[in-house]
Amino acid sequence: MSFFDELGQYLGSASNREQIVDTLAEHCYLALLPLVLGIVLAIAIGWLGRAWPRARGVTLVLANLVYTIPSLALFVMIPSLIGTKMLDSINVVVALTLYTAALLVRPVLDALDAVPPAVIASATAMGYRPARRFLTVELPLAVPVLAAGVRVASVSNISLVSVGALIGVGGLGVLFTDGFQREYFSPIVVGIVLTLLLALVVDLLLVLSRRLLTPWDRTTAPVRTEVAV
Amino acid sequence: MIGEIIDWFTSSANWQGADGVPTRVLQHLGYVLLALVLASVIAVPIGLYVGHTGRGGVLLVGSGNVIRALPTLGLVTFLFLLFTDSDVAAIIGLVVLAIPPILAGTYAGLQAVDRAVVDAAEGMGMRGGQRLWQIEVPIALPLVLGGVRNAVLQLVATAAVAAYVGLGGLGRYLLDGLAILDYGEVAAGAILTALLAIVLDVVLAAVQRALVPRGVRLAEAGAKKEVSA
Amino acid sequence: MLERRAFAADLDYGRAGPSRGEWAMGIEFRGVTKKYPDGTVAVDDLNLTIEDGTITVFVGPSGCGKTTSLRMINRMVEPTSGTILLDGADVRDSDPALLRRGIGYVIQHAGLFPHRTVLSNVATVPLLSGWEKRKARERAAELLETVGLPAELGKRYPAQLSGGQQQRVGVARALAADSPVLLMDEPFSAVDPVVREGLQDELLRLQSQLGKTIVFVTHDIDEAVRLGDKVAVLRVGGRLAQYGTPADVLRHPVDDFVAGFVGKDRGYRGLSFLSAGDVLVEDVPTVRVGSAPGESTDWRLAVNDEGEPRGWLPPSSTVDGDLSESDLLAGGSLYQQGTPIRGALDAALSSPASLGVVVDADGKAIGVVTARQVLDVIENHPQGVTR
Repeated sequence: MSFFDELGQYLGSASNREQIVDTLAEHCYLALLPLVLGIVLAIAIGWLGRAWPRARGVTLVLANLVYTIPSLALFVMIPSLIGTKMLDSINVVVALTLYTAALLVRPVLDALDAVPPAVIASATAMGYRPARRFLTVELPLAVPVLAAGVRVASVSNISLVSVGALIGVGGLGVLFTDGFQREYFSPIVVGIVLTLLLALVVDLLLVLSRRLLTPWDRTTAPVRTEVAV
Repeated sequence: MIGEIIDWFTSSANWQGADGVPTRVLQHLGYVLLALVLASVIAVPIGLYVGHTGRGGVLLVGSGNVIRALPTLGLVTFLFLLFTDSDVAAIIGLVVLAIPPILAGTYAGLQAVDRAVVDAAEGMGMRGGQRLWQIEVPIALPLVLGGVRNAVLQLVATAAVAAYVGLGGLGRYLLDGLAILDYGEVAAGAILTALLAIVLDVVLAAVQRALVPRGVRLAEAGAKKEVSA
Repeated sequence: MLERRAFAADLDYGRAGPSRGEWAMGIEFRGVTKKYPDGTVAVDDLNLTIEDGTITVFVGPSGCGKTTSLRMINRMVEPTSGTILLDGADVRDSDPALLRRGIGYVIQHAGLFPHRTVLSNVATVPLLSGWEKRKARERAAELLETVGLPAELGKRYPAQLSGGQQQRVGVARALAADSPVLLMDEPFSAVDPVVREGLQDELLRLQSQLGKTIVFVTHDIDEAVRLGDKVAVLRVGGRLAQYGTPADVLRHPVDDFVAGFVGKDRGYRGLSFLSAGDVLVEDVPTVRVGSAPGESTDWRLAVNDEGEPRGWLPPSSTVDGDLSESDLLAGGSLYQQGTPIRGALDAALSSPASLGVVVDADGKAIGVVTARQVLDVIENHPQGVTR
């Protein structure tokens, strides 16, 4: 039986299709909720780092440490750290939120540093209070640099969710354990393809929203110093 | 919980034989090093070629992103069904996942070399190879090693996940522990895996610092001072 | 011919520097065109002869092909058609790398190798040409001195130097090739104006000793007329608009483009090329700092014991006891006798007494000029006395 016959048979089953749709929905939830939470967390940390320079070094070291911890190890450590049950999907959400925030702390700080001091000074001079100035002036100007980091985090989250299947909560990852146990290629291939497609679609949406968010910054190509002609 | 972990670590049975900590750590290290060497042999020359000639940059970045989005567990289970051998499947999977960071680091490193410096080298009569090895590679070295560091983190994490298809190493504690609900063993595995990743990262960070040419380090420090001033 | 020269340059690094013009080589552009695949024409049928031992400046707005023209000489860019001759030989007949080792090359921001010390940067080309290390480093140390840098800078890295020092190292590195030809692509445009002026003076001083054939690219017309023996003004699209001496280009721009490019105050700038030999220097009453000045209804020039001007004492001013510098009004710019007339006019215009102070080569005051007198000289020489 060729692979395509096997695939046809697999996709022909209504229960298989239902499983695929369910796991895909779960995958979206498990990857995207932490992305949003992680962005918010990283921005909060970034604000702290700006307001309180001493916190900067510490947060960067911590972020690097979290990012260093292997995914499976972090997934299984979360329950004992926050007291959840082993098979709770919250574990994956918390772990991926931590990864996202860890990945984004540096871009957030870099992006905020790159906001021209003259802009901040003139906003202050016009009477903005610090919190409002941060949310309406500094943060929007930081979006272009931040957006690159968010794209990396989204791809990384979408790919990491499946590791959760080893602790029972893995979105499309369940198709991999399924296929492995039944020695059956189709679910694995379908899982891989859907993961890649999901990553691609989310990436395109992120590129699109970055453009909508930053109408003043239409040049998407990185500016490079050229040899004068 | 803490008690179970302490019990696990103080039980002498866990430190001896084929399933003991020293053996598992060495196994894990062995997979990481083997995959790192194989991935470097493939990725570094390609990265150097693309970075030096500027040909194929888009293709390289694009394919790197696709591999990055590949779900680890899906890749490993797929390869296992294909080769029906844990070690072969796992090592191939590890190599595939370690290639993009090394490739990206090498390529980005060469891209980041100041165009004026390359132009001056060419204008003074350096041939392609002389320019690459005497100018571009030494200056790019920090970013190349940054890519290697990322690859190592990826490898430590993936080798743990690959225990699912029967690979040895520290992932065994995690998955075998989960299978028999021995949380002491699971936590010990997580701690050991995280420690291994952190230690390797710290060591590589030191190597990276030591290999950066002094002049390049001074230039970076100068650039930072200018930004903060 | 060129190959022999390039080869000779490879072998003969060690010998003493050439006397003026000995090794110099002319460069000739013959119908040179550079068209890029996208259809842009960077250089359009350029015909130009660069005399050996001179500084020729390519100047023009961005997009005029000046850098492209320069880079075709050492084959960093290959022409689409036409020929470039270096000392009579087609540059395309020599191996690019060997050709480049025989031609000095200086660029904007210097392009120093950040991972190598200043000394090894300067020693690059000798080492590429197979010199032994010790000899190459000795030569590099010599060159640092030539460009006016202290020897101890040799151990530093480029990041530890100021912009002006980096640019000097860039020049030293290009001179290490000991080649008769030096290509300089906007070498001073990234440093601040004061430093730039110092570097320009240094280049003119070096050139008076070395007598190289220098091709210099800039977008700054002031720099062009200051440095160039000849100036080639290029227009957008890579066509040569005018080629001549700086005085020519300033006084007789061939068309509106060149006139517009050389600027509104080109008349005043043209005075840089007019000698003030005929200006009548008048005597002026002087008082000595440190002695009692007495009284007078005239402006009086205060001088020190060496006769150097220190400032002006206004008419009918009273001083208690001996004259000190705090009693004086600051003077204007000084005009050194024998230099172009632009300086004399400026000295007169900037003086509080409307009298421009004229000094000799030692800085001693020898008299004054008025703006009226300077203008008389200019009006009597409508074509100017060019240098």
